[in-house]
Amino acid sequence: MSEGVRLLKYNEILPGGIIDEPGSSLKYKTGSWRALRPVIDQEKCVRCRLCWIYCPDAAILEVDEEYVTKKGRRYKISYKVNYDYCKGCGVCAQECPVNAIEMVPEPIGGEEQ
Amino acid sequence: MTLAAKEELRVEYKKPRPLSTNSAVAHAVKDLDVDVVAAYPITPQTTVVEKISEFIANGELEAEMIHVESEHSALSATIAASLTGARAFTATASQGLELMHEILHIASGLRAPIVMSVAMRALSAPISIWNDHSDVMNARDTGWVIMFVSSAQEAYDTVIQAYRIAEDRDVLLPVMVAYDGYVMSHTMEPVVTEDRDSVLAYAPKRPFPYKLDPDKPVTIGVIADPDWYYEIKYQIVDAMRRVPQKLEEADREFGKRFGRSYGVVECYLCEDAKSLIVAASSYAATLKAVLPRAWERGLKVGLLRLRLYRPFPEEYILRHIEDKDSILVIDRAISYGAPYQGPLANEFAGLLLKHDIKANLVSVVAGIGQRRMVDEDFMKLAEIAWEARISKKPETIFYGVRA
Repeated sequence: MSEGVRLLKYNEILPGGIIDEPGSSLKYKTGSWRALRPVIDQEKCVRCRLCWIYCPDAAILEVDEEYVTKKGRRYKISYKVNYDYCKGCGVCAQECPVNAIEMVPEPIGGEEQ
Repeated sequence: MTLAAKEELRVEYKKPRPLSTNSAVAHAVKDLDVDVVAAYPITPQTTVVEKISEFIANGELEAEMIHVESEHSALSATIAASLTGARAFTATASQGLELMHEILHIASGLRAPIVMSVAMRALSAPISIWNDHSDVMNARDTGWVIMFVSSAQEAYDTVIQAYRIAEDRDVLLPVMVAYDGYVMSHTMEPVVTEDRDSVLAYAPKRPFPYKLDPDKPVTIGVIADPDWYYEIKYQIVDAMRRVPQKLEEADREFGKRFGRSYGVVECYLCEDAKSLIVAASSYAATLKAVLPRAWERGLKVGLLRLRLYRPFPEEYILRHIEDKDSILVIDRAISYGAPYQGPLANEFAGLLLKHDIKANLVSVVAGIGQRRMVDEDFMKLAEIAWEARISKKPETIFYGVRA
């Protein structure tokens, strides 16, 4: 659950679990909760931005990455998933009007993301 | 004697005044210069916070009194005040303590160094406003330090000691100071009170070290997933371990400054006793009056008065019980369906087993809902304790019930 964070001993944690460092939740990679991962098919994606709008965790990234489809359509942007924080809820796949997002089971035991 | 000499004497001699235990607690709160009190009235606690209100109204105590709509809110407000760095206090009893139950765990979980007095009272149903220890016994596994006191003077002194322990950086736990409702809360005893400067010199305010402060932001009350929760609860286990010694030190220092000390447990007529009776709060005081007469009759029965209950002061109790033949534990609460139906008796059973002590244990439940217990009854218990040296009594005795 806390991959990438050193698990502290009881006497290394402040009393009552107090956190004296603002913004520390960034260190908590909630992506480890995910059972299904969204995979975006860049060929099918029409760059409508609906997945970006619906994602409850702001885990869809709109990146300046050019993509040319096999049919020759040129997009200046691409949508990617921030797997550090995507919890795998599947809202993006549900809302995608062209079914460009597939929910794929995470391998048991975890895998390099 | 010259007038000057008389004046000097007057300074030396601190005159006791008649106070109920409830008033004594309120005086302690005043003398500790408590900053915030949040409370809801409940019999037989109410006169504690009424008296504190009076002190605030008279200008004798500069504090914020928060009138809340329930005990649940009272303790919540007290915790919040404490976490902003204020010295905070609340008081309750019976149903009020039960309504606080979930917040009791939050107080200890957040390590809020608050002090609460409890005028112990039986629990509904049926409704009883009278005294027993059911309320506090239901709160025994909440991570609070729990102390029982036996006199109004001890209540005053213990509330003062309680802040010193609660606010100790090595402890940071809430402390409950409990005494018998009505029998103590509403009866007058001579009590010496100290001046505020001396009290604050003994128990200086040590605000919560990670208090809410906009200049130094902290997160309090986090969610802890299965990777973290266990360690944060284990911190309470660890802090509890330090409490008996902290109390011993605090009590010794109190004795040096004010001339009164009580110990972690108190043993009375213990030395040559073959049997012991374990009791807390007012029963211990009554037993002190009764036991000398038992000795006149040849019953060598001593008293082990439990002052600190949580953490269970094992080491301090062991010093007194190892050479005894029988131990009679008086419970003023029922642990329904348990092996011994008195919660304290179960703890002593565990203690005897853990340390391989052979004394015969007798579990007695008495005084439920303040069923009358007078001198003769305590003499009877001394007889039972004495007989138990040679005959085991495996079942809990429900003393005084019509069964």
